[in-house]
Amino acid sequence: MSKTITIDGQVVPFEDGQTIMDAATAAGVYIPHLCHHPEYTPHGSCKLCTVKVNGRNCSACTFPALEGQEVLNDTPDLNADRQKITQMLFVEGNHFCPSCEKTGNCQLQGLAYHLNMLDNHFPHFYATRQVDASHPEVMIDHNRCIFCTLCVRASHETDGKDVFGISGRGLNKHLIINSPSGELKDTDISIDDAAVHICPTGAILIKRTGYQIPIGQRIYDHQQIDQVSLAREHHQDEQ
Amino acid sequence: MSNKIRVATTSLAGCFGCHMSFLDIDERMLQLAQVVEFDRSPITDIEHCTNCDIGLIEGGVCNSENVHVLREFRKNCKILVAVGACAINGGLPAMRNFIPLEDCLREAYFDGIGVENAQVPNDPELPLLLDKVHPIHEVVKIDYFLPGCPPSADVFWKFLTDLIEGREPSLPYELVHYD
Amino acid sequence: MKQFIQDLVTKNHYKSTHLLQVLRDVQTRYHFIPEGAITQLTELLNVPRTQIIGVIEFYSFLHLHRQGHYELLISDSITDHMLGKHELMAYLSEKLNVGIGKVREDGLVSLDNTSCSGMCDQGPAGLVNGHALTRLDKSKIDTIAELINQEKPLDEWPTELFAVADNIYKPDLLLNSQFTPGAAIKAVFERGIDATLAQINESGLRGRGGAGFKTAMKWQFCKEEASDQHYVICNADEGEPGTFKDRILLNSYADQVFEGMTVCATIIGATEGYLYLRGEYLHLHEPLLAVLQQRRDAGLLGKNILGQNFDFDIHIHLGAGAYICGEESALIESLEGKAGIPRNRPPYPVTSGYMNKPTVVNNVETFMAAANIAINGGAWFANIGTEKSKGTKILSICGDCAKPGIYEYPFGTTVREILKDCQAEDVFGIQIGGPSGLFISNQELDRKLAFEDLATGGSFIIFNNTRNVLDIVYNFTHFFAHESCGFCTPCRVGTSLLKKQLDKIHDGHGSAGDIVALEELCQLVKNNSHCGLGQTAANPILTTLERYPDLYENQLKNISYEPGFDLDGSLATARRMANRNDAAAHLEQIEDELATHGTTSPGAQA
Repeated sequence: MSKTITIDGQVVPFEDGQTIMDAATAAGVYIPHLCHHPEYTPHGSCKLCTVKVNGRNCSACTFPALEGQEVLNDTPDLNADRQKITQMLFVEGNHFCPSCEKTGNCQLQGLAYHLNMLDNHFPHFYATRQVDASHPEVMIDHNRCIFCTLCVRASHETDGKDVFGISGRGLNKHLIINSPSGELKDTDISIDDAAVHICPTGAILIKRTGYQIPIGQRIYDHQQIDQVSLAREHHQDEQ
Repeated sequence: MSNKIRVATTSLAGCFGCHMSFLDIDERMLQLAQVVEFDRSPITDIEHCTNCDIGLIEGGVCNSENVHVLREFRKNCKILVAVGACAINGGLPAMRNFIPLEDCLREAYFDGIGVENAQVPNDPELPLLLDKVHPIHEVVKIDYFLPGCPPSADVFWKFLTDLIEGREPSLPYELVHYD
Repeated sequence: MKQFIQDLVTKNHYKSTHLLQVLRDVQTRYHFIPEGAITQLTELLNVPRTQIIGVIEFYSFLHLHRQGHYELLISDSITDHMLGKHELMAYLSEKLNVGIGKVREDGLVSLDNTSCSGMCDQGPAGLVNGHALTRLDKSKIDTIAELINQEKPLDEWPTELFAVADNIYKPDLLLNSQFTPGAAIKAVFERGIDATLAQINESGLRGRGGAGFKTAMKWQFCKEEASDQHYVICNADEGEPGTFKDRILLNSYADQVFEGMTVCATIIGATEGYLYLRGEYLHLHEPLLAVLQQRRDAGLLGKNILGQNFDFDIHIHLGAGAYICGEESALIESLEGKAGIPRNRPPYPVTSGYMNKPTVVNNVETFMAAANIAINGGAWFANIGTEKSKGTKILSICGDCAKPGIYEYPFGTTVREILKDCQAEDVFGIQIGGPSGLFISNQELDRKLAFEDLATGGSFIIFNNTRNVLDIVYNFTHFFAHESCGFCTPCRVGTSLLKKQLDKIHDGHGSAGDIVALEELCQLVKNNSHCGLGQTAANPILTTLERYPDLYENQLKNISYEPGFDLDGSLATARRMANRNDAAAHLEQIEDELATHGTTSPGAQA
């Protein structure tokens, strides 16, 4: 008999070595997340996947599934905290959706929609951040970076390049580029790199592709992120 | 005074796009007019708010006049609503927040192409710019938020009919958009 | 420079784990990390430049931009403030003609704040090029300014500027113990390894860093973990504001600490150990290296210790100004030459710690106690204290009392008794366990020092009735925002939001809803943060709000809402550029809410 945990009362099987997130995704249970991606080493930093495990808050993407755990996930309290954490990300960076070509396809936005977030609640920091448009094909708008480190991990783990890194402390945290000039044009990044395609927000964009699909016909305009995420990641898990 | 619900609207640092979207409720406007009457609003030309039930604010706060108008609305409206991206997070006008105001004014009135007789206009009738554009909830207390750039006509309709019919306003997934 | 870097890397055996140590030396030599050094280190250590820059920008003592030839940092602990730090800083800034956070134009001197430097019993304190300055006053500042302007090398500065006193006022079980180097190791070999662990278990010793995990259990777990290498790490990154007891233990009891580490090594089977010394205690580095050498010379460290075919040696790594490195997994990351970002747990260090090997991380005081327990047996320790908290606790007492310094008490001692000993009068409240601990009021003086009541890593800050609770909380809240590592959203953004929200109330701009908003934010940060820093960052607010709600409420204005930013101030630029100062060129921060509905707003443009 396989080992099981329960998530919101639903019995979910797991195998040794799986995290709560792994087990949930395999069973078709959505746990909100932004920094997690099934293909990469779990990071545990966005804290949107915080679930209650036997009464204690844990990050589902890093915490191992263990026999008999009672996990709470889709509860009003946890979702209220998730909405506030999402609002924190919105006021920390500069997320002006109407002027962002990722709008409608952005996971940060999709999650905010899913959580029925109607405002940013907190005072804005309006941090001064730069845009790096130096590369002929790829651009970075640091205003939209949420420090999920997916590009860092993808560049290291898949592309074998280390194009990106995270630097600074606290609110001064920022994405840095691995070249003496600090600019993307002087790196060995290529349009085919996994790191170019993995950004959940509009921070890393491929030039001249932004409006191929009109606003209003994009992913989260019609589908909720829980369904989109499960369809994508459940499939990836099986690969 | 009639028994109708009084609604006031205004646009601060906005583009009136939210107002245009509101008008997109089209023939439902007639239905609305049965129960609602407009106080200060571009529709009425009333210059100052009187006692209102609902105030709809489009746009963020970019200058001293915006602060005064917003305060007038807060003082007179039982329910104050932030309408659209600019009212909620500053929106497009807030993209000047990353450029020092001094540089903005210099570019516009001194160093810009074609500037003659360079000076910053100083007529006391003109409102002064704040050094940053702020969302309205950072200046007064706001009761509800309607996101979107602009919020669709259906958002206005759903929100107002909820309020009018005594329901707690809520927006279903399809109506929540930031773009 | 090329040769300097090359020699440095050679000295550090080309180990990327020594990156932080190498960068510290580059900073000391050049007062910043030059671009050329980064490029060279990328090649020599085979690490991406992003990692090097990531480390530089993480630690407060490392800089990408040139600092002064004399880097002056002044400790920003609440106790330094209580001793007049603010005025002294202004005096220093004026005297040296350098702005705070700035480098003087001639490049000779830079001045900035730094988090608590661990000299709370002899503040106001500071650091010059990493070396501790104590009991600063105007006359010392005059001297320092002169020395700097004359460009006198530090080793020619009068030694009294750098004098650090132990200030031990109440020694007990540990501080009074007679100790002969080697005695604990001999006792282990005589009694046997398992029997020694049994004694440590019987002693009831729990971690002295504050969390109180049972030491014997930690060692047992680590010992049981099969691995080709185990590590012992002593956490001497004593960064909790108000704590300085490890400074004294390492200054005057270093042999006992190292011996405790050695005892641990015999038990868990480690051949290497590290002392992670906070950068602020640079003055202890050379003396500690000398103690290690003496121990090697005496056969107590190195190969074949005491002829027992047991090898173990200890290395010292220095921190570089990051409070978070006191968290054990962040400390391990830092030891590996990386930014000090706490790891995801599990796995815990006992199974996967330094270099992913089983590792014991314990506090300085824990190792010292363990050495003494190895000699005297478990009962000797367990006979003292309470049921759940055995032995004694060494406190660093500072703030409003006549005798700030080091006090050792059996667990179970009341706060009242402690206040009497250090001659504290007119007490308003005490911060127990530092900012991450809790604030108790003068109505709680019969509470006891114990894990089951008042747990503390050693910080004990006393405030008298002249102090303002909001000023204290303001200092602590700013501290956490400054020290958040930035890894997780709730702490990275939340500690800065807490700062904003508290400042609003502190500065008198709060209104009715602002305390509720503050409390909500506190719970959010506390419940969702990744590690202890975020989970405790709201404690100063929460524990004072619980005790003194009226003091917070008195700060509020009797209005429904006030902006959190200065409205009139934000018109200043436009006013200046338009050359205006008429009534309409100004804004009131709040509006008179008593005005009746329907009136024209006063300044509106008709």
